[in-house]
Amino acid sequence: MTELHVVPGELLPPVAPPKRHLLSVGDLTRDDVERLLATARSFARSQERDNKKLPTLRGRLVLNLFFESSTRTSSSFELAAKRLSADTLSIKSAGSSVEKGESLKDTALTLSAYEPDVIVIRHPQIGAPQLVAAVTEAHVVNAGDGKHQHPTQALLDLYAIQTELGRLEGLHVAIVGDVLHSRVARSLLQALRLVGARTTLVGPPPLVPPELGERSYDIGAIGDADVVYVLRMQHERMLEGANYVPSLREYTARWGITPERLRPGQRVMHPGPMNRGVEIDPRVADSDAALVVDQVRAGLVVRMAVLYDLLTRGPVLVETAVEVA
Amino acid sequence: MSVLVGKTGRDDLVVRGARIVDPTEGIDAVLDLRIDHGTISALGTDLDANGHRVLDADGLVLAPAFVDPHVHLRTPGREDEETIASGTAAAAAGGYCAIVAMPNTDPVVDSTDLLRGLRARALDEAEVPVGFAAAITVAQAGAQLTEMGELAEAGAAAFTDDGRPVASAGLLRRALEYNAITGRPLALHCEEPSLTRGGHMHMGAVSAELGLGGWPSLGESLCVARELALAGDTAQPVHLMHLSARESVEHLRAAQAAGVRATGEATPHHLCRTDEALRSLDPNLKMNPPLRSADDRAALVEALREGTIAAVATDHAPHSREEKDVPFEAAPFGVTGLETAFAALYTHLVRPGLLGLETLLERLSAGPARSLGLERPRIAVGAPANLVLLDLEATWRVREACFRSRSTNSWLLGERLHGKVTTTIAAGRVAYEA
Repeated sequence: MTELHVVPGELLPPVAPPKRHLLSVGDLTRDDVERLLATARSFARSQERDNKKLPTLRGRLVLNLFFESSTRTSSSFELAAKRLSADTLSIKSAGSSVEKGESLKDTALTLSAYEPDVIVIRHPQIGAPQLVAAVTEAHVVNAGDGKHQHPTQALLDLYAIQTELGRLEGLHVAIVGDVLHSRVARSLLQALRLVGARTTLVGPPPLVPPELGERSYDIGAIGDADVVYVLRMQHERMLEGANYVPSLREYTARWGITPERLRPGQRVMHPGPMNRGVEIDPRVADSDAALVVDQVRAGLVVRMAVLYDLLTRGPVLVETAVEVA
Repeated sequence: MSVLVGKTGRDDLVVRGARIVDPTEGIDAVLDLRIDHGTISALGTDLDANGHRVLDADGLVLAPAFVDPHVHLRTPGREDEETIASGTAAAAAGGYCAIVAMPNTDPVVDSTDLLRGLRARALDEAEVPVGFAAAITVAQAGAQLTEMGELAEAGAAAFTDDGRPVASAGLLRRALEYNAITGRPLALHCEEPSLTRGGHMHMGAVSAELGLGGWPSLGESLCVARELALAGDTAQPVHLMHLSARESVEHLRAAQAAGVRATGEATPHHLCRTDEALRSLDPNLKMNPPLRSADDRAALVEALREGTIAAVATDHAPHSREEKDVPFEAAPFGVTGLETAFAALYTHLVRPGLLGLETLLERLSAGPARSLGLERPRIAVGAPANLVLLDLEATWRVREACFRSRSTNSWLLGERLHGKVTTTIAAGRVAYEA
């Protein structure tokens, strides 16, 4: 027995041709963001069914190139592509020709022989996605380049906030911790501004660049926020001996997010992986206020939306018949 | 002994009808110029060709050829990126009659043997005369002074640890004191490493947004202040290389006013571009010191105009394609500049009215020559022919195929420029014709 479901078309307004790449939130307009979130929401409905697979990108190839460790992002992109019926190839630097000294350009050119439709790249060095975009024909999605950008993380965070609080415009989001080394913070700040949310950066002075917007060194500044977005202390990106904070102990004492520092109703987010007991108290991480799992869930549908948007030019395909067992 | 070595010539030529501009000699007139046996022999109207080849230069500008105090020829060690022959061919195409090569090669030019070897090769290979600078410290390691006296006798054009600063103030003081015996300029790369470590671009709003490690203005200006204080204290001259920050310029201006014998240079890229351009993450916009803010750029242009900075220096830094075809963060510092310097500055400073043509010509020729104690190219009867012919009306697009340099890491690729070098005469020899 089969029945036909229809992905509702009215949620997917006709759009201008999508951007060819998603390298930075800075390349997006507010309309782009709203379209992507709406598309993600329509995909979320498809994920409530038993058969979660859509035929939309059948025959397309999504290449995941991960030159840096990742759990959430790599699994989420891979699953997103599979749920849209695309073929996937996932290359990790460990065990690949990268270990033999192959340059990023050569790796990209080599894999381009398979004619991927989308290349998703994570790389420790800023500018890697731009290089890949310059040497291949594929649509390129930046899945994190050094301290620069992680645009799909920002989109999924917007999606999770919108789902939880019903809106984005006019919200106040406090971003707490190591902003300096955080591509998540850079992307999210741009995205929040794009949709009309207010932001405050809170953390130790050397880790909160004044150029990025309103900031406070006082953890009390989170009191007024609807959402407290906690960043990971990024030891691996810090220069040896740079002394950004005197010690993690002092950081936790002054800026760690504890239940006592939160007021009822505030939501807490974290891009993961968490350093429990450093930037976030385990009691907060495990509380109902934490949206960490919602963020991961949002990641899947938002990445489905991004792949879909990049690969379907002109008006979004609607009325796609989906077979459900 | 001249510190400049390269091919020389005794060419005979008549250049007819050019607008001859030599700001230092006070010439700006449409005249003919005759060269006999490589020496300027006559200036006037309707000069007799004397059977010489005649260049019809109607509508062109004839000026003293350019002098570049700061070039990397990558020889020895990276001949895949540049050689004496290719680098000086690039210089000739850029209108230069003399360049000074930096010693941060592999190995470093810190011995008389190496210096003599380079000079011998340049005699046969160099399309325009080259001066080779020697290191201040052995292997540029910042610990032991090179044998500056012997190096000067062997023809060192200058002393510099370019590429890195002389980190120890005490050692720099010794270098300044000791250099009094050589009479050659001490050229300093001003950088405080503890402030610039991990830096990939100017520290400011753009670096904060991009997440790239910042290389702050203070990383230069703090060191500039230190070098000027040491120069003042030892009463020795210094030449400050590739200045990029407003504060550095202000320190230099104050020191000059106080009687310190200090000269400065600025590069075309710092004079034409700002850190805003870095948003493209193009590795060909990555250099040390980095492109700075619009305010810094304005300060450099003003300093060049008023003469606080007397010299344009290209800091021509060739890099192989595989070194630059990498993510921005992984790319080495450095861009080429010899073949685009005049056109870039004419396009971005002279045409918009930020700088007079005469001033630009002075800062490309007499200014750098004076800064490095070299003979000034000049347009006068009896002077050796060191001349450049410029077509100010010509436009051209910068492409990889344009370059005589072995490397193409230009910050101007793809850009349309105004002004073109059509002929370069260096040391009495036609070194380049478009």
